[in-house]
Amino acid sequence: MAISRDEVLHVARLARLELGEDEIEEYTRQLSRILEHIQKLQRLDTKDVPPTSHVLDLKNVLRADETRPGLSREEALSNAPDAVSGFFRVPKIRES
Amino acid sequence: MARLHEMTALEIAASIGAREVSVEEVALYFLERIGRLDGSLRSFIRTVPERAVAAAVALDRRLAGEVSARRAGGLFGVPFAVKDNICTRGIPTTCASRILESFVPPYDATVVRRMYEAGLVLLGKTNMDEFAMGSSCENSAFFETRNPWNLETVPGGSSGGSAAAVAAGLVPFALGSDTGGSVRQPAALCGIVGLKPTYGAVSRYGLVAFASSLDQIGPLTRDVADCAAVMNVIAGHDEMDSTSAPLPSRDYSARLGADIRGIRVGVPREYMGEGAEPGVRSCVRDALGVLEDLGAVVEECALPHTEYALSAYYLIAPAEASSNLARYDGVRYGLREDAAEVHQMYERTRRRGFGPEVKRRIMLGTYALSSGYYDAYYLKALKVRTLVKRDFDIAFEKYDVLVGPTSPTVAFPIGSKTGDPVKMYLSDVFSVPVNLAGVPAISVPCGLHDGLPVGLQMIGRPFEEDFLLMVAHAYEQAAGTSRLRPRMVSEG
Repeated sequence: MAISRDEVLHVARLARLELGEDEIEEYTRQLSRILEHIQKLQRLDTKDVPPTSHVLDLKNVLRADETRPGLSREEALSNAPDAVSGFFRVPKIRES
Repeated sequence: MARLHEMTALEIAASIGAREVSVEEVALYFLERIGRLDGSLRSFIRTVPERAVAAAVALDRRLAGEVSARRAGGLFGVPFAVKDNICTRGIPTTCASRILESFVPPYDATVVRRMYEAGLVLLGKTNMDEFAMGSSCENSAFFETRNPWNLETVPGGSSGGSAAAVAAGLVPFALGSDTGGSVRQPAALCGIVGLKPTYGAVSRYGLVAFASSLDQIGPLTRDVADCAAVMNVIAGHDEMDSTSAPLPSRDYSARLGADIRGIRVGVPREYMGEGAEPGVRSCVRDALGVLEDLGAVVEECALPHTEYALSAYYLIAPAEASSNLARYDGVRYGLREDAAEVHQMYERTRRRGFGPEVKRRIMLGTYALSSGYYDAYYLKALKVRTLVKRDFDIAFEKYDVLVGPTSPTVAFPIGSKTGDPVKMYLSDVFSVPVNLAGVPAISVPCGLHDGLPVGLQMIGRPFEEDFLLMVAHAYEQAAGTSRLRPRMVSEG
């Protein structure tokens, strides 16, 4: 199971990762090798097997909708690379 | 009195309780040792000496106001370290990543808060593979950590800093996190005890998420009694973690010292084949002999889907990681690379902030979840996870505990596996099935091969850590293998 250069570029775009030329080549090669190894899963018949996404038998965990203390605005913004007047600031957003 | 770095956490606590040594003296002792020895090991990313001494002085004052000595079994006054993916208020928490290099959490993880409340003293934050992705600590964005048994070999990973620090006697115990073996494998390679609790037994609140359905925080300690004592502090329901199991708290030390005569031990044949190197298998066989001498009934058993578990893991964990790590976008915290437009800012920030292994797993996970491949990879892996879990359910109908090696090899030379991701992933072959099934497992030292420690893995039923600790303790006491120490410890 090989993965093509175009697929690597597509996946990088989905993951919002800019890749250098050397990384594109490296990931094309390495992801192909990993997928080849993983291919053995296809040998197993799982037609009637339900998926397990979680091991605990917990349903939605809810609490009463009451206000309680949380982080202050200053604390919430304390790690922001750029904040102004109590907001996170980002570069301009346009369709890309 | 034995030297402090050769004592267990419980022995140190007893000595503090008996007023033989002050909390401050203990903290200063270990800080001095870190300063003297960590230059060659590099197990800590950061220490917090001023905070530690201030906390210790305050605890000494509290102790002075008390009439009676501290109750036995507690860890009051004992210093500890935590892996740098566990949030500490006011102290940088980096995940050994450039992207979080400057992140200072505004809150404490639940496990850290519980440690402080129990009167323990944080000495610092330990090195790890970036975002806990790795089996050797070589994926840290900052530096490699070395194994105190042989400085040319890796300490294991991803909690390699925690394991190396405990093994070298730089701290009495430490916390790590285990997503596919990241507590147990470094514990094995460094010759100490490491427990991955049942999924849901310990709160994940404040643990930086890697793969949320697999992550668990666990102790790395010098012996099994310390491991139980640490669990008594950190385990229990927490409403801040919606996957925390709503069970009453329990005493994890209660069954230590009990007779294990008649318990049924299963040895999965898939764990004792060619996959493990002969020196490892031979130490494990010796350990099985010790268990038989203690009256356990030891039989071969099967976990037939073991060989598929690793492949399923390397789809599920990266898939969850690719989703969890989407939050590092240069907006709310961490690194930002400037760009004129926001999408470009995201892509450049992530390019510069993440290291090669993290990018590899984000790519793999994004691919497995992407349209057209979701069913063939991600969904298939979730179904295989069901089969892996059933293997354990069936085995535990007949056996009380499953025993085998923790890692297929002893500590390997630095740089020997970094060129080939699949080779590195194979280090996790015996540890990942446990995370997929959500069951608890402990690694205890079971001897040396080529002068390097071998870890014995014992796997238990969900939420029966007290039983697992009882068996591990009985083995440890009979075998004496937890008393093996690297030269760095015996030479002081």
